[in-house]
Order: sequence, then C-alpha cells, then structure tokens
Amino acid sequence: MRRDADLGFAAAFAPPLLDPAREVPTAVAGRNGKPAGRRYDVYRNNVTVSLIETLAAIYPAVQRITGPDFFRAMARFHVRSSPPASPLLFEYGHDFPDFIAGYEHAQDMPWLADVARIERAWLDAYHAADALTLAPMRLFAIAPERLGDLVLAPHPATRIVRSPYAAVTIFAANRDSAPVARIDASTPEDALITRAEFDVVVRHLPPGGAVFAASLMSGQPLGAAAMAAFDASPEFDIAANIAGLIEAGAFTSLAAGDA
Amino acid sequence: MITAIKPATVPLRFSLPIGGVAGTSFKPEHLPAILEAGPQAGFFEVHAENYMGAGGPPHRALETIRRDHPLSLHGVSMSIGGPQPLDKTHLARFRSLVARYQPALVSEHLAWSTHETSFFNDLLPLPYTEATLACVCNHIDQVQEAIRRPLLLENPSTYLTFCESAMSETDFIRGIVARTGCGLLLDINNVFVSATNHGFPALDYLADFPLAHVGEIHLAGHAEQTDDDGNLLLIDSHDGPVADAVWKLFEIIVARRGPVPTLIEWDSSIPAWPILRAEAAAAQAILDRCKLAAATEDRHAA
Repeated sequence: MRRDADLGFAAAFAPPLLDPAREVPTAVAGRNGKPAGRRYDVYRNNVTVSLIETLAAIYPAVQRITGPDFFRAMARFHVRSSPPASPLLFEYGHDFPDFIAGYEHAQDMPWLADVARIERAWLDAYHAADALTLAPMRLFAIAPERLGDLVLAPHPATRIVRSPYAAVTIFAANRDSAPVARIDASTPEDALITRAEFDVVVRHLPPGGAVFAASLMSGQPLGAAAMAAFDASPEFDIAANIAGLIEAGAFTSLAAGDA
Repeated sequence: MITAIKPATVPLRFSLPIGGVAGTSFKPEHLPAILEAGPQAGFFEVHAENYMGAGGPPHRALETIRRDHPLSLHGVSMSIGGPQPLDKTHLARFRSLVARYQPALVSEHLAWSTHETSFFNDLLPLPYTEATLACVCNHIDQVQEAIRRPLLLENPSTYLTFCESAMSETDFIRGIVARTGCGLLLDINNVFVSATNHGFPALDYLADFPLAHVGEIHLAGHAEQTDDDGNLLLIDSHDGPVADAVWKLFEIIVARRGPVPTLIEWDSSIPAWPILRAEAAAAQAILDRCKLAAATEDRHAA
C-alpha cells in the first residue's frame, strides 16, 4: 500500500536537475539544516555532464568537426530538452541528428546531421543481435528464372543512411585521428552500415544502391527492388550491387518468393 | 527468416561463494592486456546495463572474460530507491543477463535514477522513512523473485540529506535486510564520502552497519570540492586510486568481518591495466593477511 504523499520526494527532486532556472528543492539540506545549494548542484552536474559525455561518446566525429566547446554547448541544450527515456545509454541520442539539423549555430554545416545519423547507425549496428550472414554460394544455387522473386532477410545490424552531402567521406575522415584533407561536401553519398561478425563497417553505396538495398530490406523481391533502383538511377549495376551487399554481410538468408 | 545465433549460458568453472578475492572493474580497453597476462585469481565486475544490447562485441568480450573468471554483475539503473514501480522490461533484461552469465555476485544500489519517463544517469538520494522503506523492500522483493537469488544492495554516497528522514541510513539498511533477506555490498569509499560530507565519523557508521550480511566490498577513489560554507565536499568520482583513509577503513572492516570479495572500482580516467591490477593486488594482500591471521588463531585455539 503506497501513501503517495510520503513518496513525493522524487517529483520535487527531479525537475531542477536539468533546469538551472528552477530553485534548489527545499526538502533537502546540507549540514545543520542549511540550504543544500552547491550540494544539490553536484547532482545537477553529475546528470548533465554524464549525459553530455554519453552523446560525445556516441558522436565522436561530430565532436571532432565542431570542436569540444561547440559540441558540449549543443549537447547541453539537447540533454536538457530531451533526457534519455531508457536506462540503456547506448540507446540515447536517436533524436540528436534531428536536433543538430535544427540547431541554429550548425546551419553552416548542413551535412553535420547526416554525419550524426551515420554515427547513430554505427552504434545500433554495434549492439545489434548476432546472426550468420548469407553465404554467396547460396545465390548461385538459385535457378535464373526464379531470381526475380527472391526475397532476402536483412541482418539485424544492417542500416542505410542517405545524404545529399558527402556524409560518408566526412564521417570516415573524422572517425580517424589523422589530419582531415579538404572535402567537397556537395557530392551526395549514401552509406551502408553492416556488422557481418564483430566489426562495424561503413561503406559508400554506388548510384541506385541505397534504393535497391532499402527495397530488399523492406521485403521487396529482387526484381522489384532492381526496378526501383533503375528508376532512381539509370547507372544502377545490379550484379555489382548484389555482390557488394552480400559480401558486406547485409543479409542473413534468402527465400524464393511465393509467386 | 533470420538465422539468429542463440546466446548460450556460460558454464561455471569455479565454486561459489568465491571468498576473499580481490577484483577489478572490467573495461573493454583492458581486454587485450588481460588476455595476454592469462587467467588471474581475481574476479571482474561489469555494469549490467552495458551488456543489455542484443549482441555484438560487448557480449563477445564478456563471454571471453567470464570463461576464465568469476563475474560480478553490478546494476546501476534499476531505480530501486524511487517511488515509481520498477521498469518491468529492465527487470526482464537484468534477469536474462543473470541467467546467461551466471555471475558469482549480483548487486544494485540504494538509489534512484528514473522519474516518470526520464532517466537521469546518476544515483540519486532518497529520504529514510517508513514509507520509502516499504517501497524499497517491495522493489527488492521483485528483483530477488526475478533473479531467483539474493541481491547485494549497495550503500550510497550522498551530498545532502532529506528533511523528512526519520531514521539513520544504517537503521534503514538494517530494516531492508530484515524484511527482504537481501545481502549488502559495502562501499567503503561511499561511507567515507558521506561521513566527510555530513560530518559524522565513518567508524560510527561502520559500527552500526550489519556487517554479517556484507557479501562484497567496493573500494574507489574520490575527488574533493567544497560546499557553500567552505566545508570539504567529497565527490564519489571513481576516477583515481583508493585514498589512504579508505584503505585504513578497509583493513579495519576486513579484520572485523573476515575476507569477502573486494572490488577496485575505477570508471573514469581509466588507467592502464597494470595500475588497476596493482590496486587489486594491494586489496588482495590485506585480505590474505586477514586469512593468515584467522588460520593462526585457529591453530592456537586447536
């Protein structure tokens, strides 16, 4: 039996943790009943700083691009407006790329949100379930007339991020510690993120590749996925794309369609 | 159809309880150095939440470590001390980790970290009243029912007190043990931090603490700040070596309680593996001295 009046301590203690404009709660005290003041601020600091550091750990390339001061200021806004909804910190920050896209001080880096999307997908792939990848031999065993009906099951780690900017090149250059050469950010790039076994790999998809892979991942048969990819890009090379996706470990199994 | 690789239970290769051995926090960056040195006598402790993903490198690293060493599973986010009901999904994840890795030790905190839908990623304090005691005991019952074994509950480090508290922290903890049958994880650094912050002698607290129920000890480093009045305010930062005063308290407690599994907890500004290992060796030396003294006493008694 719970007497709510006696258990209201968390409702009073929690709101000022992420809102510096709120007063320190009066139900708590320092030594000899003195106001808690800086003692309460220890909790405020623990919460805010640890969550900013969580975002910095998930988005190291974004931090390298912006520099730590810019990053921490941006992350602090996000932490205060969108604290984690799960105790699993590796799930935090899924809405951070959208926040970056709308962040007024990041408007001169329009590709930054897409770099963040690749970093978020990287961590999702890292923690995704383990699964055996499709052996290329399996494809050779399918009769040519049935290939169009083939349905492929995506590996739990597989992700696609599409960008109108050179997000993959910018991501790759900034996940490294080597100096970054000048990058032409205006070339559109699509990323394929996979984790065949234990290493997450980010690849740059060729023209039409993202539409093709996304169609297959959504359960479209091979024929329909290829049509969609040709529609998106006349340069689409079906053989190279199938081989590339399977070699990357994007799929786990295949099934001939019902048709 | 996805051909998922089903996680298998990691077999036990040691007998329980593990006794007076020293262990360290397991940090993935230390894995190559640990493997190179070969299996060691100590145990490793991990934060349960870091291994609640579906798969990938974290589980592979933990399986590798667990194959040759006892494991301590230390939960940091169950929010046992909070007023709202436990997160059933989180409890289920915790239960499956216990089932998969068969840890030698399983612990959580007397603290809360979630309110409504927000997770604050800190161990937040609670008032000590009859109402909070009933609520905490109810939560511990649920956890112990889920994992089918006793939980070790860790005493907190605090920076402030609640005006409504009607009993001491040690009375509160004693009440929890009496009602739930849980064990305790005595964090001696937390005792030292709280004692300094609130101005009471750490030895008084320890004299009041139900030592017979302690199944694990934590030792860690702390940082120094000051409060608004210029009083020393210690922060439970886990970012450096164990302080001399904490080592001294540890020796006293081990002499009184006998040797129990003891962890060197180091979670940020993580040093190279040999440094962390040397801290554990220092704890092991104290535990071994105590075992030797007990053996000598036995011989004299015989």
